[in-house]
Amino acid sequence: MSARNHWALPQFSLRFAQVWRRNRLVWRKLAIPSMLGNLADPLLYMFGLGYGLGRMLEDVNGMSYIAFLAAGIVCSSTMMSASFEAMYSAFSRMQMQKTWEALLNAPLTLDDVVLGELVWAASKSFLSGSAVLIVAAVLGLVPSPLALAVVPLIFLTGLAFAGLGLIMTALSPSYDFFMYYFTLCVTPMMLLCGVFFPLDQLPAAAQVAAQLLPLTHAVSLARPLVNGTVPPSWLLHIAVLAVYAIVSFYVALALTRRRLLQ
Amino acid sequence: MNAAAPLAATGLRKTYGEREVVCGVDFALRPGECFGLLGPNGAGKTTTLRLCLGLTDPDAGSITVLGEPVPRQAREARMRIGVVPQFDNLDPDFTIRENLLIFGRYFDISNAVLRARIPELLDFAGLASRADARIQTLSGGMKRRLTLARALINDPELVFLDEPTTGLDPQARHVIWERLRNLLKQGKTLLLTTHFMEEAERLCSRIAIMDHGKIIAEGEPRALIAQHIEPHVVEVYGEAAPDWADRFGRAHAERCEATGETIFCYTHDPAPLIADLDARGDLRYLHRRASLEDVFLKLTGRELRD
Repeated sequence: MSARNHWALPQFSLRFAQVWRRNRLVWRKLAIPSMLGNLADPLLYMFGLGYGLGRMLEDVNGMSYIAFLAAGIVCSSTMMSASFEAMYSAFSRMQMQKTWEALLNAPLTLDDVVLGELVWAASKSFLSGSAVLIVAAVLGLVPSPLALAVVPLIFLTGLAFAGLGLIMTALSPSYDFFMYYFTLCVTPMMLLCGVFFPLDQLPAAAQVAAQLLPLTHAVSLARPLVNGTVPPSWLLHIAVLAVYAIVSFYVALALTRRRLLQ
Repeated sequence: MNAAAPLAATGLRKTYGEREVVCGVDFALRPGECFGLLGPNGAGKTTTLRLCLGLTDPDAGSITVLGEPVPRQAREARMRIGVVPQFDNLDPDFTIRENLLIFGRYFDISNAVLRARIPELLDFAGLASRADARIQTLSGGMKRRLTLARALINDPELVFLDEPTTGLDPQARHVIWERLRNLLKQGKTLLLTTHFMEEAERLCSRIAIMDHGKIIAEGEPRALIAQHIEPHVVEVYGEAAPDWADRFGRAHAERCEATGETIFCYTHDPAPLIADLDARGDLRYLHRRASLEDVFLKLTGRELRD
């Protein structure tokens, strides 16, 4: 018998839902402070920059700056929340608390565990992104019911960033390692993917680079939808996010198998 | 090996990089027994357990657990196994009761069954009055008892215990031993790894001593002692002990071993040694029956394993 092939295709079972359920139970104990913490940061950006900077600007792409910014912040807060959950929290469960080890002694497989963590991180980021969207709607920044299409988009965006975060978790020797990802990937995406200003303000080369990043595609979908128009080439943007989610999950799973199933 | 063995492993091999950690291990458990897997650190015990749980694939060999081929049907096998890991992995975010409930759900056990089973397990663990306490507030012994109770949530036929009493004080250790005997009475089969020879001698009907990835001796504890070692041991302590061993001990005991200033004399007839030591009066000594620890040290050596 040969040793396990870490790159074998995932085998899914519904038991992943138990991992999700366990994480939700923990979250529920701390739900209110956790939600407030998750909301404070994006709302500070939205109000601070939206009103402060927005007063100095004329309309951006045909909408007020705060409305322009709101769609971007929905996506960036989804990215942040999914990344944190898939890195710091999942790493705690894998390495510090040995929760995954306990799950693997029960009739769960690592495939179930990693899928459960992926869907959980996406679910948690879904709450963050949706909360920002709701606040924007309450403020009257969301003129069209087309914005409802942003709701599934938030989840898809969460899956893509959760998958990327789980790759980092599979590679990480310690919490410090995640700083590299934040400094080298998350912060550049915040600034280059059209969250704060339109992409066409960037030099041509940077615009091309931005097209390779998942956050660009999330923002390209969310902003027109919030403003009530169907995004141009929406299928392409969805496809890019879906490919990010699927490929990153597969890579994260293979690397986690290599790490834990030796 | 018969088909009814709760666990049978044949020709197991596992290599990590250049190092073969498990090199041709065969063993089989009998229903209702406690089987001990003993060995120094790095002997391959934990890897053997991981192989039997299907958490890693063997490079060669076959494993059958409760009739299921592992690793192919490891999930089915784990449905009917309980595991007490070497290091506690209780969920720190949950109370005692929640830990049992959540773990039970991993086995797809219905809430109704869990509601009936949890009070029994809390009693078993002696934690009924603390059911809603958080994990951080528990002592090491309580955590261990809860881990054992958690391993029983699926009413397993076979329980794996990886060094279940390491780090516990004697009181807590005796409580765990008593609980494990209780499980044997209920007809469960136990697979125990331990460094504590006393633990193995008390609990195990059969043991296998592992070193460098191989089983180097296997049998009932008493039989192993009789087979490998002289029945009496005289331990002699003090600066003059090595000198005494050279002049007298080695001539009158079948075998003498030295570690620093302690001499271990193994013999069938301790009388001449004791007479001489009593006559001298300047060396402290202890005369005792040979134990499993003597067998272990004889077979695996006295040098440190780190």
